[in-house]
Amino acid sequence: MSRQIGEVILDLKNVSLAFGGVKALTDISFDVREHEIRAIIGPNGAGKSSMLNVINGVYRPQQGEIILRGQHFSKMNPFKAAKAGISRTFQNIALFKGMNVIDNLMTGRNLKIRSNLIQQAFWWGPARREELAHRAKVEQVIDFLEIQHIRKTPVGRLPYGLQKRVDLGRALAMEPSILLLDEPMAGMNVEEKQDMCRFILDVNDQFGTTIVLIEHDMAVVMDISDRVVVLDYGRKIGDGDPDEVRASPEVISAYLGASH
Amino acid sequence: MLYRENGQFKTSYAADQQIFPIAQDRWAIVGILVFAFIGVPLLVDEYLFRAILIPFLILSLAALGVNILVGFCGQITLGAGAFMAVGAYAAYNFHIRVDGIPLLVSFLLGGLTSAAVGIFFGIPSLRVRGLYLAVATLAAQFFTDWVFLRVPWFTDNASSGSVSVSNLQVLAWQIDAPVDKYLFCLAFLVVFALLAKNMTRSAIGRQWMAIRDMDVAAEVIGIRPLFAKLSAFAVSSFFVGTAGALWGFIHLASWEPAAFSVDRSFQLLFMVIIGGLGSIMGSFFGAAFIVILPIALNQFLPALGGLFGVTISTAGISHAELIIFGALIIFFLIKEPHGIARLWSTGKEKLRLWPFPH
Amino acid sequence: MGFFLETLIGGLMAGMLYSLVALGFVLIFKASGVFNFAQGAMVLFAALAMARFSAWIPQWLGIDSRFLANTVAFLLAGALMFVVAWLIERLVLRHLVNQEGATLLMATLGIAYVLEGVGTSVFGSDIYKIDVGMPKEPVMILEGAFEGGLLINKEDFVAALIAGVLVGLLALFFQKTSTGRALRAVADDHQAAQSIGIPLNRIWVIVWCVAGVVALVAGVIWGSKLGVQFSLATVALRGLPVVILGGLTSIPGAIIGGLIIGVGEKLSEVYLGPMIGGGIEIWFAYQLALVFLLFRPQGLFGEKIIDRV
Ligand SMILES: Nc1ncnc2c1ncn2[C@@H]1O[C@H](COP(=O)(O)OP(=O)(O)O)[C@@H](O)[C@H]1O
Ligand SMILES: [Mg+2]
Repeated sequence: MSRQIGEVILDLKNVSLAFGGVKALTDISFDVREHEIRAIIGPNGAGKSSMLNVINGVYRPQQGEIILRGQHFSKMNPFKAAKAGISRTFQNIALFKGMNVIDNLMTGRNLKIRSNLIQQAFWWGPARREELAHRAKVEQVIDFLEIQHIRKTPVGRLPYGLQKRVDLGRALAMEPSILLLDEPMAGMNVEEKQDMCRFILDVNDQFGTTIVLIEHDMAVVMDISDRVVVLDYGRKIGDGDPDEVRASPEVISAYLGASH
Repeated sequence: MLYRENGQFKTSYAADQQIFPIAQDRWAIVGILVFAFIGVPLLVDEYLFRAILIPFLILSLAALGVNILVGFCGQITLGAGAFMAVGAYAAYNFHIRVDGIPLLVSFLLGGLTSAAVGIFFGIPSLRVRGLYLAVATLAAQFFTDWVFLRVPWFTDNASSGSVSVSNLQVLAWQIDAPVDKYLFCLAFLVVFALLAKNMTRSAIGRQWMAIRDMDVAAEVIGIRPLFAKLSAFAVSSFFVGTAGALWGFIHLASWEPAAFSVDRSFQLLFMVIIGGLGSIMGSFFGAAFIVILPIALNQFLPALGGLFGVTISTAGISHAELIIFGALIIFFLIKEPHGIARLWSTGKEKLRLWPFPH
Repeated sequence: MGFFLETLIGGLMAGMLYSLVALGFVLIFKASGVFNFAQGAMVLFAALAMARFSAWIPQWLGIDSRFLANTVAFLLAGALMFVVAWLIERLVLRHLVNQEGATLLMATLGIAYVLEGVGTSVFGSDIYKIDVGMPKEPVMILEGAFEGGLLINKEDFVAALIAGVLVGLLALFFQKTSTGRALRAVADDHQAAQSIGIPLNRIWVIVWCVAGVVALVAGVIWGSKLGVQFSLATVALRGLPVVILGGLTSIPGAIIGGLIIGVGEKLSEVYLGPMIGGGIEIWFAYQLALVFLLFRPQGLFGEKIIDRV
């Protein structure tokens, strides 16, 4: 691979998060380096999704801090995170069901839109030109993900695997510098998984996008990630490159031993 | 000519992003507009203008506004009548208090006032959703009901809030005869419908729909719920308020707050649900349905009674109307919860494939 | 001080009735996710039935006793509300499972129109009286404690008492009986409840029936106070702020919310009303609920829910 793993771009320090009595995350620290693929693994309910939600501000941790490119935050908010170039996909697909594929991807361009409501209402020069320019960008994403044939289909009608792909497309349309993927391959067949793996590697390789990935399929994780964090019951029980993690006795007993 | 899009290849994204990408649709709409502006005034009598066409046009405009908020942005409102009232009374105040203000300007200012009030009453939408919000919007309804009834300044000290306007004119055009009123409202509706269509096919519309479909994901993608929701409230209230001004000035000419009661709000919500949530076209269908139904029943019931040799009293008719109206609404919700617009589009889909159905 | 207390008590008594109507809303919402806008029409319908039955029954059955006639009329009206509930389940709800909240809400508006239409066609559309012998004269209480004592409207007091008892009974029914437990199970999770064999359709008939009885009692109380007329249908709109204040799914919320709104309305009408012109109680209740919502969107007793993604 041509890419060069860089400095720490995102650093989480002692993050704790609880819902009422449920401790979703307890004192978690780990970092993510620029251009790397960082995997988070762990059994169901370990707090993986919560971790991503803390990173892009959907959940607010009670303790700890998030350091993004040297800036300290005690909590994020989703809009700030998006502005900072973080985008994500969701475990339970969160597409805009009433819109077609193109429009879903176009929402990903939202932060880059400059024309205002009035100009849009009159389909005024700048608004129209912008619409076309972003459409062209979105078509690039569509080509990249090989979903040309469904571009006008309402996403609610698509099969699960394709919805996952559109979800990724919407995140990519934002041209993120950090991409958070929550189980992008869950529920897919082997072929779909291979496609998805390829897309993830291509994104990382071609655009240098930093990727934080939650995935259950160990083979995939070991294959494509540079470093792995292991969570169990909201605690971090392992952190390192795939081989290290695979060899750690604690990880083996807690995670690999558990059924999932 | 057959309804086909075969052979109509798009060579640019601009062509693909037109309002009516299919040529036949473009021709149809041109035909309808020509007929509406030229044919109808030649053919139609006064009663039809007054009883059906003018109310239909104005309520379509209001329904369009309600649909932007409810259908596109997913924020249920039971207070649309309030914004019609604000639009009407605000326009009235501009009309009588500012010397020589052009009629169009007072209408637009009425709409803008309504938009401002809409933003204010939209604030709860930032905190609550769904039915809670629906009830919260009733606050707007009851508050404006009270304001226009009890605060004399707004109605120029008229008792019980009844006001009237006369001698309306735009430039040199005297808007007196039903046909003039009709053309005036029609022009408004066409312009506003175009604006609505433009908004819903550009970034702002996508923001609204994203908030409607999945608000958390929308925020994550960089859409600010505050702006998206309040802009929907503002635009919606602007439309509804302008419709209110038209309703008061053009349709009624003299009115009191009861013209914009909670029943009106329900009626507008019916229109968009029966017509089709999130569909510009649906707003027209819904308005037509709701405007025509009571009139049709009113004609039809006595005739039906006559057929069986029963005379139905006026009170009887109005009760029966209520029952049939309610029953039809329920029937409709059960049979086609996505509204007439959905029937329309499935119909078109079939036509496109005809005569070779899959 | 005495005047303030009088107002306060008046508010609490009016609030009890709001609690009752709100409870009707909450029950139906919990069990079927339907926001029942027809509650007001049900109040009107039940009150009409009661008023007319109590006038007709002495003729039909030749009963002389007012009390007996009223009892029979009440039972008949109750039975009628059961039929209404059954029909609503059969003809409407059953066909609208899994529809969106807004669609269901519209459907209940449809139901409201039908009920109003049928009610006025069958029972007539004049103003009728319900005379169940509610005491009309005011009484003086706590004369020792205050100068001049407190003037309490006996009718309101009896009404509040009845409403209070009914509210208590319903709360008990919900907590203690097996049907009540089934109801709560349905409220928590429709699918799960169905999978362990709780018949949803029957539950719906039951809650609508209970809501019908609530409507009947409210109708009788309001009807005997204000006369049975069309405006009764709008009275229920005044129960709505209560539900958003208390939370759509909380029974204690409905009860406390009702009392808060009742008191708020009366105090605002008496102390704020003269300053800004009368008739403010309707919107005031809504604004009160709104302001409250801004600070506690989950309502009085609702738990804060963070969306899962
Ligand atoms: N929004 C929420 N409200 C309440 N509890 C939550 C919420 N999100 C997650 N949890 C709880 O936090 C824990 C971790 O969940 P999650 O992060 O989804 O785990 P994972 O993604 O590893 O399967 C679980 O016990 C879950 O029930
Ligand atoms: Mg998860």
